[in-house]
Amino acid sequence: MRHALLIAARDLRERARDRTAYVLAIVLPLGLAVVFSLILGDISGDSRLFTYAVADADRGVIARTFTDDVLRKAAASGAIELRTVSSEHEARRLVDDGTATAAFLLPAGLTEDVRAGRAARIEVVGDVDAPTGTDVARSLAQAYTDRLDAVRTAVTATVHSGVTTAPDQLAAAAAAALPQAAVAEDTTGRRQLDAKTQYAAGMAVFFLFFAVQPGVTGLLDERRNGTLARLFAAPVRRSSILAGKLLTSVVVGVVSMAVLVVASSLLMGAHWGNPVGVVALVVSGVLAATGAMAVVAAVAKTSEQAGGWQAIVAIVLGALGGSFFPVSQAGGLLEQLSLMAPHRWFMRGLADLAGGGVPAVLPAVAAMALFAAVTGAAALLLFRKVVRP
Amino acid sequence: MTVLSCSGLKRRFDDVLAVDDVSFTIAEGETYGLLGPNGAGKTTTISMITGVLERDAGEVFVDGVAMSTHTIAAKRLVGYVPQELALYPDLTGRENLRFFANLYGAGRRRVEFVLDVVGLTERADDLAREYSGGMKRRLNVAIGLLHEPRLLVLDEPTAGVDPQSRNQILENVRALAAQGMAILYTTHYMEEAERLCDRVGVIDSGRLIAEGTRRELVERLGERDRISLQLDGDLTHAASLLGAIRDVRGVAPHGHGLELVVDDARECLPAVLSAISTNGVVVRSVEVTEPNLETVFLHLTGKALRE
Ligand SMILES: Nc1ncnc2c1ncn2[C@@H]1O[C@H](COP(=O)(O)OP(=O)(O)OP(=O)(O)O)[C@@H](O)[C@H]1O
Ligand SMILES: [Mg+2]
Repeated sequence: MRHALLIAARDLRERARDRTAYVLAIVLPLGLAVVFSLILGDISGDSRLFTYAVADADRGVIARTFTDDVLRKAAASGAIELRTVSSEHEARRLVDDGTATAAFLLPAGLTEDVRAGRAARIEVVGDVDAPTGTDVARSLAQAYTDRLDAVRTAVTATVHSGVTTAPDQLAAAAAAALPQAAVAEDTTGRRQLDAKTQYAAGMAVFFLFFAVQPGVTGLLDERRNGTLARLFAAPVRRSSILAGKLLTSVVVGVVSMAVLVVASSLLMGAHWGNPVGVVALVVSGVLAATGAMAVVAAVAKTSEQAGGWQAIVAIVLGALGGSFFPVSQAGGLLEQLSLMAPHRWFMRGLADLAGGGVPAVLPAVAAMALFAAVTGAAALLLFRKVVRP
Repeated sequence: MTVLSCSGLKRRFDDVLAVDDVSFTIAEGETYGLLGPNGAGKTTTISMITGVLERDAGEVFVDGVAMSTHTIAAKRLVGYVPQELALYPDLTGRENLRFFANLYGAGRRRVEFVLDVVGLTERADDLAREYSGGMKRRLNVAIGLLHEPRLLVLDEPTAGVDPQSRNQILENVRALAAQGMAILYTTHYMEEAERLCDRVGVIDSGRLIAEGTRRELVERLGERDRISLQLDGDLTHAASLLGAIRDVRGVAPHGHGLELVVDDARECLPAVLSAISTNGVVVRSVEVTEPNLETVFLHLTGKALRE
C-alpha cells in the first residue's frame, strides 16, 4: 500500500506540471458550461428561487387571501420569494429590470367582482427571459381564479340557504385551499435540474473521462519510458504498481470534479445540491470513469493508441449518456442503451438529489458502482498481461 | 563469497530461444562482464536475474536468497541500470532519485551522496528531459546505486556516451567493486571489458560459450601475439633467418612481407628487427597484434562484437 501511494504521489507530481491536464479537466468543462448556459439560455428558470412582485390595488378579502394564504405559503416553502409593492407601475419596473421573475397585478374591484358573481381576473406580468418562472406564476394565479369560479356557484347556493358569513370570504377561503397544487407542481419541476447546473454537471462528467485518463494510461507511458522495468526490478509488488496507477486516476478525477463543483457554484450559480449526495455521486462517477478508461488502456499497445481509443469511448459514452442531447427523452432502444452510460446515471442522480434528498441518489450511485466494478475487474485481468514478468 | 549464482536460465520468445541454459556466479567484489553481439541474449539474461522477466527455467540466488520464492527480498539486494534510459523526464534529477530511494527505502542523504558520485549535484533541480545524453546516462546509473545493493547489474551503461561521462561511469563502477559490491556488466566496448572486468562470459545465440579471465580465454584459444612485417628484398631468406629466433613459433608470407607468431611480441621485437636489418632486407612497416577479447570473440563466434 505504501508503494502504491508512492507511485501515485509521483504520478500526481508529474500531472501537476502538465498544463494541458488543467485545460482538459477544468478550464474546458467550465468554459463550455458557461458558454452553453449563455447561448442556450435558461430553459428551466433562472434559479430555483423565483421572485414575484405583488401589487394589490384591490385591498379586498379576495386579493388579501391570495397574497397571504397562497403566495406567502409558497414563499414559506422556499419555492418563491415575494415582494409586495405599492403600485402596478413599480411591479412592472421590477420585472423589467429583472429583479422579479413575474408580477401579480391584483386589479381594483377584484373582491367586488367576486361578490357580484363576476369572473375574477388576476393579471400576471412575466419576464420573457424566465419563461418557467412566469409559467409558475400564471398557474398560481390561474388555479386561484379557476377555483374562485368553481366555488362561486356553491357559495351562492349556500348564501341563499341563510348562512351569515359573507360569500366573498367563503369563496376566498375555499379557493385558497387549492393552489397548493400549483406549488407542488413547482416542486416536481425542480426534479429537473436548472439549466446552469445541468450544463455544469454535464460538462463535468463528460470531461471527467478525459481527466482520469492519464493515471491508468501511465502504465503504458512507463513501459515506453523504460521505467516500468525499473519498477519491476524494485522490491515492489506488481499489484501495488497497478493500484498506484488506479489511485492516480481516482485522485485526479475527484480533485477536478471538486474544483468544477465549487467553481461552477461560485462563478455560474449552479446548484449541485446536498454535499453528501454530491460526494457520493462524484466518487462513484470517478470510479466508473476510471474503470472504463482502464479497460481501454489495458487493451491498447501504446499510450498514444490508448489516448485515441479513450477519447472515442469517452465521446460515445457521453453521447449515449446524454451529454450532447437529452437521450432520456429519446425513448426506445437508445434510451435503454443510455442506461449503460455512467453519464446518464450521474445526471439522474443529481436530479434525484435536487428532488428528493440524499437517499434518492442511491440508485444512481449503485449503477455507477456496478459499472466501476465490472470495468475495474476486466481492466485488472487485462492489465495482468501488461505487468506479467 | 558468492553474491550472484544463476543456473540453467532459459527463456523463449515465441520461436526465438533468447537464453538457453545459462549458468554463472559472481563473487563479492568481482566484476563480471557479459559479452555478446546484438541479440545474443544479454539483456534477456539480465532481465531474468533482476526479476523483471519471468524465467522459463533456472534459478537465481542473490546472497543465497532465491528470486523465485523470496522475490521481494531478493530484489532488495539488486541494483539495476537498464540498457534503455529509464527516467521520468518531467521530474528533476533529484526527484527521480527520491522516488526510487523511497521505493527502496533509502534515505535522502543517500540521494545527495549518489548525486555527488555521478557529478549531477549542480543540475539536480533541472528536469531530466533537459539533461544532455551523458547526464541522462549518469542519472540512469545513479538510480541503480541508491540502496547500496549487494549486486549491481549494468546493461550497457555507457552506450552513446562521450568519453568524459564514460570515464566517470567506469570510475564509479570500479570504486563500487572496490567496496565489495558484485557487478554484472554488459558492454559492446572491448576496452571497457578489459579495463573493468575480472572475469568475462561470452554469450552467443543465447548460450554461454566461454568463460574466464582475459588471460585464460586467450590461452585456452591458443591465441598468440603476432608481428606483421612489410618488407623489400629476399623474403625467403628473411623467413629462414627469422624462423631461427628462439621465441618465433611460426613464419608465414603475408602480403608484401611476413607474419610471425611469437610468444611475447614486445620481448622479441628487437631481435626480429636486428635479424632482418643486418641482411639487406628493408623494413617498410611493423605491426604488432596482441590477442585481446575482440580476437577471442571473433574466434569464438565468428562475429565482430560491434556490428
Ligand atoms: N520482449 C521480447 N519479445 C520477443 N523477442 C524478444 C524480446 N526480448 C528479446 N527478444 C529476442 O531475444 C533475443 C535476445 O535479445 P536480447 O535483448 O537479450 O539481446 P542482447 O544481447 O541484449 O542484444 P543487444 O546487444 O542488442 O542489447 C533477440 O533475438 C531478441 O529479438
Ligand atoms: Mg541488450
